[in-house]
Amino acid sequence: MRKWFKDGDPWIWMTGGAVALSLVMVYAVVWMTAAQGLVHWWPKPVAETTFIERDGKKIRLIGEVRKREEVSVIRLRESGYTLETQDKFTHRYLIKQGNRDITGIDFKWYPGPMLGEFAYPRNLIAVERREWGHLYGQLRAVKENGTVVAEGEAAWPALQERLSRSNALFKEIHRIEKVDIGKVNYAMERLRLKERKLQLQSKLTEADSAAFAQQREQLAGEFSALQERIEKLRGEIARDTLVAEVMEGQQVDVPLANVADAIMPNDMNVLQKTGHYLVKFVEFIFDDPREANTEGGIFPAIFGTVLMVLLMAVMVTPLGIMAAIYMREYAKPGPLIRIIRISVNNLAGVPSIVYGVFGLGFFVYFLGHNIDQLFFPEALPAPVFGSPGILWASLTLAILTLPVVIVATEEGLSRVPRSIREGSLALGATKAETLWRTVLPIASPAMMTGLILAVARAAGEVAPLMLVGVVKLAPSLPLDGNFPFLHLERKFMHLGFHIYDVGFQSPNVEAARPLVYATALLLVIIIIVLNLFAIRLRNRMRERMKGLEGV
Amino acid sequence: MNQPTEQTHAFQMSGLGRTPLAPTDNYVLRVENLNLHYGEAKALNNINMQIPHNRVTAFIGPSGCGKSTLLRCFNRMNDLVEICRVDGKILLDDKNIYDKDVNVALLRRRVGMVFQKPNPFPKSIYENVAYGLRIMGVNEKKTLDEAVESSLRGAALWDEVKDRLNESGMSLSGGQQQRLVIARAIALEPEVLLLDEPASALDPIATSKIEELVDEMKEKYTIIIVTHNMQQAARISDYTAFMYMGDLIEFGETDTLFINPKEKRTSDYITGRFG
Repeated sequence: MRKWFKDGDPWIWMTGGAVALSLVMVYAVVWMTAAQGLVHWWPKPVAETTFIERDGKKIRLIGEVRKREEVSVIRLRESGYTLETQDKFTHRYLIKQGNRDITGIDFKWYPGPMLGEFAYPRNLIAVERREWGHLYGQLRAVKENGTVVAEGEAAWPALQERLSRSNALFKEIHRIEKVDIGKVNYAMERLRLKERKLQLQSKLTEADSAAFAQQREQLAGEFSALQERIEKLRGEIARDTLVAEVMEGQQVDVPLANVADAIMPNDMNVLQKTGHYLVKFVEFIFDDPREANTEGGIFPAIFGTVLMVLLMAVMVTPLGIMAAIYMREYAKPGPLIRIIRISVNNLAGVPSIVYGVFGLGFFVYFLGHNIDQLFFPEALPAPVFGSPGILWASLTLAILTLPVVIVATEEGLSRVPRSIREGSLALGATKAETLWRTVLPIASPAMMTGLILAVARAAGEVAPLMLVGVVKLAPSLPLDGNFPFLHLERKFMHLGFHIYDVGFQSPNVEAARPLVYATALLLVIIIIVLNLFAIRLRNRMRERMKGLEGV
Repeated sequence: MNQPTEQTHAFQMSGLGRTPLAPTDNYVLRVENLNLHYGEAKALNNINMQIPHNRVTAFIGPSGCGKSTLLRCFNRMNDLVEICRVDGKILLDDKNIYDKDVNVALLRRRVGMVFQKPNPFPKSIYENVAYGLRIMGVNEKKTLDEAVESSLRGAALWDEVKDRLNESGMSLSGGQQQRLVIARAIALEPEVLLLDEPASALDPIATSKIEELVDEMKEKYTIIIVTHNMQQAARISDYTAFMYMGDLIEFGETDTLFINPKEKRTSDYITGRFG
């Protein structure tokens, strides 16, 4: 035993074990988020059963069985159920019954002994609505302008057909509202600001006013034309209605304008389910959120996260690299530079929320406010840069990650062999030429390492962002088709904050849970993709430096 | 100062079939009263010497005698050492290179240097050789192509690398790397080439190649070589300077210095009694 210890074998086991443990934990994180998040869009069977209420009334129950859990009989008895059992424990089921408009609650726990047999009739439909969540029931008929056009067996194909029509119409309406009307509104606002600017400079002439009025009129004309078109489309989309029988036999009319999707999950084979899954997954990535972020997609959050990280990288890289070059190449080594270096290192340990507070106080209130005073007097009192936005968020993250870039770059510069510098100088290169042509290219992989670390840190940060620009729901993306295309003053959505919001602030916890995991998974994937991209770049750079010692 | 004389060498150097020297009174570099301090420590003590044109001059001496330090004075590489202080003069074409108005970058183009360890840049072979020219602002492809080829030929490397000019300079062997570095230096067509123990990190075959190259290159360049290896100095140099503890002890024609040294310390050193 003692010999075994002296051999050094225990060290190998301990160190190897640490690696294994780290690996296991990383895989556990990815696996758990994937397993919990990715099942969300798989069509689950819809069960039909009976339920005996506390007063003994028997009702029909339709919904997805989500969870089964042990519960003490005493507890059930105390809540008013009469149970004829000697057991101490029994089961209860979490059922997603949908039909929030009728039942008032999406998810509900039902004690097992009070439920009848679960049946899975093929004709049950699950309707994904744009409001009020899901609807489960049996399709009875399809109506056009209030008159029944298909009933019974014929209703399902008719519904499919009319649904694709109404969805196309919905898309069109959505596009007009979002893009065309957005453009007109944006132009209106610019016009107003232009006029106000001239007014403030007292340069507004009669002719200008007339021109503005004319332009405004033209825009108003465009606006009402669009409005009219939307009204017309709304009229068309309101044509069809489906009639479903839910729960205890109520007949419910659902206008197709409110239906995003309808499936018969009990009648689908694996292939159809896979197809449905993929469609829903793509929607999740590319659609806007609905229903307080618990339904629909998360595209704005993905977009905001990536854009913010890229802006951050664009700002932090040159700044950090230049600071590192000065400290390593030009500054005279001494106590002052040592103090600066220690301070920079310590900055990396400051809690991120502190940066958030700083960003709010300095960037938003001080810088932003002054920028508004100087450059956007026409918009006052409404702030332009004087309120949180993506520019300030990226800047805040840039100073948060600055130490990482500086330290990594300094490290890289210090590892450039002296012989290489001397070789360049001996060929008549000046210090600056040596730096640009030789030293910096050799240190570039280290700079990339700094950037990789910075991106990883920035993409995962949430706390400071809540103060300087992230919102629960942003009306428009920071990048769009309206000049100047990149709107740095806009607020934006972020995956990290989205997780927080859906997880903690959601009115519908059970519905949100899988989305939390799915969003978390997506955030991890995005960070991995950004990192892989940067690592590839670094490896390409390293390839060129092959054979150089210590780089 | 020793003047070379026109006489048949009594001592034929091995292997290289050296031809007798023509006399020269043509000097490229003159060192006058040169002192050098590293902080408080004196590293060079009142050096006076003249380096003859288109000849190979070797500096020998035990470790720490100041031979490399002296060599690095000729292209002011010592400027990089902050605590280093130089007084005295080194005249290149009658101009003191330590004058305030001297452009150090231009000086280093005229006085090229090759270091002990091969230090190619992590760039392609082509870009390594073109480096100095690009710094000078030469960017026409044709000019560069020609310069790269002639420099590589001049460094006896062309035939080995002509098909892979775009490969990294770091992919070459040590001896090839050292010749690449020499090609890089002569691409600037310097007047003087300083070699700081250029073969000490190389195997015997690579070493003999470098030695042959030095012999060929003296047609065009004045070469100053620092070496640890006395045989090497004897084989390839026309003049030899023996240094000891920062002093220039003896400087003269190689044959004379090796066969008939004037100073006792020189003869002790070359016969291996110390050092």
